[in-house]
Amino acid sequence: MSLLVGESMVGGYGKTTILHNCTIQVDRGEIAVIVGPNGAGKSTAMKALFGMLDLSEGAVTLDGENITSLSPQERVTKGMGFVPQTNNVFVSMSVEENLQMGAFTRDDDFQDTIDQVYELFPILGEKRKQAAGELSGGQRQQVAVGRALMTKPTVLMLDEPTAGVSPIVMDELFDRIMEVRNTGIAVLMVEQNARQALEIADTGYVLVTGENKYTDTGAALLADAEVRKTFLGG
Amino acid sequence: MSTDTMNALVLIANFILVPGITYGSQLALGALGITLVYAVLRFSNFAHGDTMAYGCMFTILATWWLQSIGVSLGPLPTALLAIPFGIAMTAILVIVFDKLVYKHYREQKSSPIVFVIASVGVMFVTNGLVRFIIGPNDQQFSDGMRFLVRARDFKKATGLDEGLTIKLTQGLTVGIAIIAMLSLFYFLQRTRTGKAMRAYSDNEDLALLSGIDPKKVVLVTWLLVAALTTLAGVLYGLDKSFKPFTYFQLLLPMFAAAIVGGVGKPLGAILGGFIVAFSEILLTYAYKKLIGYIAGERPDGLVQLLSTDYKFAVSFMILVVVLLWRPTGILRGKSI
Repeated sequence: MSLLVGESMVGGYGKTTILHNCTIQVDRGEIAVIVGPNGAGKSTAMKALFGMLDLSEGAVTLDGENITSLSPQERVTKGMGFVPQTNNVFVSMSVEENLQMGAFTRDDDFQDTIDQVYELFPILGEKRKQAAGELSGGQRQQVAVGRALMTKPTVLMLDEPTAGVSPIVMDELFDRIMEVRNTGIAVLMVEQNARQALEIADTGYVLVTGENKYTDTGAALLADAEVRKTFLGG
Repeated sequence: MSTDTMNALVLIANFILVPGITYGSQLALGALGITLVYAVLRFSNFAHGDTMAYGCMFTILATWWLQSIGVSLGPLPTALLAIPFGIAMTAILVIVFDKLVYKHYREQKSSPIVFVIASVGVMFVTNGLVRFIIGPNDQQFSDGMRFLVRARDFKKATGLDEGLTIKLTQGLTVGIAIIAMLSLFYFLQRTRTGKAMRAYSDNEDLALLSGIDPKKVVLVTWLLVAALTTLAGVLYGLDKSFKPFTYFQLLLPMFAAAIVGGVGKPLGAILGGFIVAFSEILLTYAYKKLIGYIAGERPDGLVQLLSTDYKFAVSFMILVVVLLWRPTGILRGKSI
């Protein structure tokens, strides 16, 4: 059984149901990517996994433990890290302070984790005293990911990490995300840049109207003529 | 330097610099509290002035009691000993109001204007409490040494026509304000709780996601506000005199100070405090004597730009100018 599993999730906002029997799972050292057309419920599926949305049916388990009823904060302490799509850094605070805030729930000495984040994202080490709001879009995303890594999560969830950054920065971010994966963390992300994201994905989920349409390895989905035609523009 | 120039400089120091720095420090402490509430709780707290009166009132009551049992600080005012009691009573007041009033609206996720109107209600209640307990009249509570520098001694020592007076309360105001501001900045910049407050102010959702407890942040904010209001209230009361109504009137210059500097920015509140204080003094000062020393001949009129009765108009003018041309204030705070 995978580390994080959202099994047959049904839910939405208020009375509107967005997810219809949606299943997502990701395991240690693996990148899972959720892609699909606009309004397919990609971000909603991720929010459901993180507890920002009430499920009417289905369950979320982390390492075999049922966490369906836990709040997002409680899920963070269980080892889940979440990087929201927007407003994901403290703009008025320095890079280092952002990382310190990421480790707010930790009582132990977390300097070594900060050093690890600087090792992973060298540019952050150089700009540690600078306010996060003064950084470029790509650097900000690195701060956001670094902040989420401060709790030493076993699962890292990224909501469209490459939204609004240039193609070069996107490639660099994907490289970094693969490095995060190589440290043994399970990475789950929602992506608009479907083709590039599927290239680095171990598993890809194509959602349509809140349901699993195709599920396969990233490479297999890229090779599938039907998927290419419908979602990847040929 | 000629005697006239020296006299002119002393005149400026005596009637503009010393009162400006003192009044500016008092406004800055008040504006810091306003800006903290705005940054963390996200509303303009109209009860701030009356909370200052409340803190000062309990400090006065404790001072009278200390004086009655013969406790004295020698040359320093006894009120300094009573300030912790005033802060404690104010802390209880603001926390009770938070639980009874603001907490409800936070849970409802009400818009900021609802909080503002609620704070007007809190202002009336606080004002009523103060008048009920100590009455609406002037109260004297300063004791100890009156002057650090006396005009007569200064004239004798320098041989100038103009004297310089520095009251002990003015020196204390500036000294205590500096200590309070440095401690506040140390707290916000260096401590874990202070950083959590800044993080919560910066991005509430991300702060919650990072495991920062909003209840604790709100509580610490009110404790800081209690300390800042009481200090500002007592220093103003020692320097001028204690009269509940004057604290309500301070609301306008304090808000002007917070907005000019940039709402939500502590440094801006301090900067704004001094800008408002010096604007008021420079615009209401009668320049007749000063021009006399500089030009060698005194003009017939008072050469006063604005009667002191209109000093509140100065805050209004500053507010209008800032809101029209730079609504986020000098240090680019939040727009109000």
